[in-house]
Amino acid sequence: MAEITTDAQLVARCRSGDQEAWNELVERFSRYVFAICVQAFRLPSEDAEDVFQEVFARVYQHLDRLRSDDSIRPWIAQLTRRLCIDRLRSSGREGPAEEDDLDPGGVDEALAGLDDALTVRACLDAVGDPCREILDRFFCRDESYKAIGDALDLPAGTIASRISRCLAKVRAELEGRS
Amino acid sequence: MTGYDEERIAALLRLLPQPPLGWVLAAQELPQARAEIAGLVARAEADAATRARIVADLESALLAEGIAPTPSVVAALRASLHAD
Repeated sequence: MAEITTDAQLVARCRSGDQEAWNELVERFSRYVFAICVQAFRLPSEDAEDVFQEVFARVYQHLDRLRSDDSIRPWIAQLTRRLCIDRLRSSGREGPAEEDDLDPGGVDEALAGLDDALTVRACLDAVGDPCREILDRFFCRDESYKAIGDALDLPAGTIASRISRCLAKVRAELEGRS
Repeated sequence: MTGYDEERIAALLRLLPQPPLGWVLAAQELPQARAEIAGLVARAEADAATRARIVADLESALLAEGIAPTPSVVAALRASLHAD
């Protein structure tokens, strides 16, 4: 099992100017921010990139203002949501520019799903390699058994069973946290 | 979060693909970019001609320092210069 730095520990290290910690924070939340932009709010790539960079710029700039180091995750979610809405407003795609007009049911549902997904991702990180690599390649990068086998120097015929065992490990990690 | 069987875990993993690598790297380089912006601002404060050159074309000034002029970086430089 990989040793995982908690969000609070990571934030504390970032605040002290630790570049490695900042890299890890960006890595940990980059998928989440990206998914909120392109899945929940369906921003086009150029707008999504601007929002993505702005989110991390503000996180970096305002890390000292965070009331509790544990609250980085909801803060990032809220910040990303607000910046996506601002972007939609400024580009005129949102019409009357009220947040409720964004179909809050759909957005809220998508955000809840992404929040669950981030929890699963954290469990995958805790399980560590090689499961992280195998599951990421299969589910997130859509690679074939053969491609995964070639990349990791594993027999392609064993990939399906490895995926199954790795999913079971992630499930056990999730159950251990609930 | 409840009811997470393997099928649901797989579906949730699919929800979080990797963003473009360049986006992640740019975000990770933010601290360095901020430090370089501080250097630019210090030079602008010390010399009016330098300040005028930077203010006239923020993006070129950033590029000359080897900093990618993303909108957030340009905005940070603009804010720093106006905060003088």
